Amino acid sequence: MIELINLKKQFDDKVVTKDVTLKINSNKMTVIIGRSGEGKSVLLKQIIGLIPPTSGKILVDGVDTTHLTRQERLENFHKFGYVFQFAALLDSLTVFENIGISLFEKNVEHEKIYKQVKEKLSLVDLPEDVMKKYPSELSGGMRKRVGLARTLIRDPQVLLYDEPTTGLDPITTKIIHKLMKSLQDKFKVTSVVISHDLEVFNYADYIALLYDGEIKYFGDAKTVHKSDNPYIQQFISASTTGPIQTEIPHTSEDK
Amino acid sequence: MFLINFVNKIGESTIRTCTALGEFSVFFLEAAKTLFTTRLRFKKLFYQMEHIGVNSLNIVILTGTFAGAVLAIQSYTGFKRFGAEGYLGPIVALSLTRELGPVLAALMVTGRAGSSITAELATMSITEQIDALRTLCINTFQYLVIPRILASTIILPLLTLFAMICGIAGGYVICVYVLSLNGEQYITEIQSYIELRDIVGGLIKAAVFGFIFSLVGTYKGYTTRGGARGVGLSTTKSVVISSILILISNYFLAILIFGE
Repeated sequence: MIELINLKKQFDDKVVTKDVTLKINSNKMTVIIGRSGEGKSVLLKQIIGLIPPTSGKILVDGVDTTHLTRQERLENFHKFGYVFQFAALLDSLTVFENIGISLFEKNVEHEKIYKQVKEKLSLVDLPEDVMKKYPSELSGGMRKRVGLARTLIRDPQVLLYDEPTTGLDPITTKIIHKLMKSLQDKFKVTSVVISHDLEVFNYADYIALLYDGEIKYFGDAKTVHKSDNPYIQQFISASTTGPIQTEIPHTSEDK
Repeated sequence: MFLINFVNKIGESTIRTCTALGEFSVFFLEAAKTLFTTRLRFKKLFYQMEHIGVNSLNIVILTGTFAGAVLAIQSYTGFKRFGAEGYLGPIVALSLTRELGPVLAALMVTGRAGSSITAELATMSITEQIDALRTLCINTFQYLVIPRILASTIILPLLTLFAMICGIAGGYVICVYVLSLNGEQYITEIQSYIELRDIVGGLIKAAVFGFIFSLVGTYKGYTTRGGARGVGLSTTKSVVISSILILISNYFLAILIFGE
């Protein structure tokens, strides 16, 4: 289980997350939603340890990961897999080299790497012939799947998805969501998903809403539509009136 | 009010400078620690040596040749007044081995390869590729920084050697074919006056310059934030800072190595 306790992150004068307290259950998919610029990605990077929190604690299986040494942080990275918003594939490497990079660095035999890359490609529903291609030759959806395959090769216990469907068409979005769910069920990993896409609710176990630097709602994904929480209601109905402040002035039609 | 604003600005700029120097020192120490505690990636080192060295060879040869040619033609005017045209060879060779060769090669390679190092790492930084490597438990200093710094430090002396040879050859062409001087004398005088320490000193300087531009280049690239504008700013700053540091360090290295 991952526990975030009174997590605060501040960049110079700007407070991104004020006081985030959240329990992320093991082997379940938790989706964190919120407006753009609310600090969701920063929160995800704090969980994995890419960004240190200003104050508060992050407990991973009961161990506080906020004050780790360099070596301990490296070991902590082993537990996680991070799927970046725009896949973050290395431009100069082929798909094969991108997916197998962590194995190449461990000096694993080429044959074994090839076998593993092939296996992970089939897991994310990509044909074998993409191995020789460079990231620039792939579509957005394919890049995301390669990013996911690269993460899966390390057999992580926790998968963190940073807006995995941003910029994708509805059909590809659905395919990616189904893929996330199938991996969740198959490997029994803990998944944390940052998303704006309400379609992901169909595959999630829990929903958390981040607003004004705090978690304003946390609940079961199946009952989220029945919730009387004004924050989640406003977010789901995409209304401009409610407790969530909008950057655009209200119009009479909104009311 | 004006005084308060003035003091505030000085304070802010002092804090900014100290922070940047602190971050740069931490980066340098981390690089040094990685160099001595982790395995060197030879494949990446050779790739970078080719990328930085072989691809910069043309401009270094061109710069060296014309620097030698200009030096010969300009020195001739002054030397002729004292009847010392015979010393054109040594003066061209001394200038090129001790000063012009290392400095010009360093400045040219900084412009070409230093900017490329910064732009590449900066793009990797803003597109989260460096973060991705970290999450994959890859030591980013070992993977990205050390091969670039080592390659630059090794390859710049070799490029400088080319600049020196081409410069002397450029001077020879001018002396013999433009100024109609004795080519044999040009070579004999160089052999008489140039010592091995002049060449070795110049190559040591080049190695230090290579280290400087690659350290600054990797640091500016690695720490880039803020999108395409950030990449542009980092690249510009990297070239400007490296060039200034090369010129300043050149003075101290000249005193240290040649003792004059």
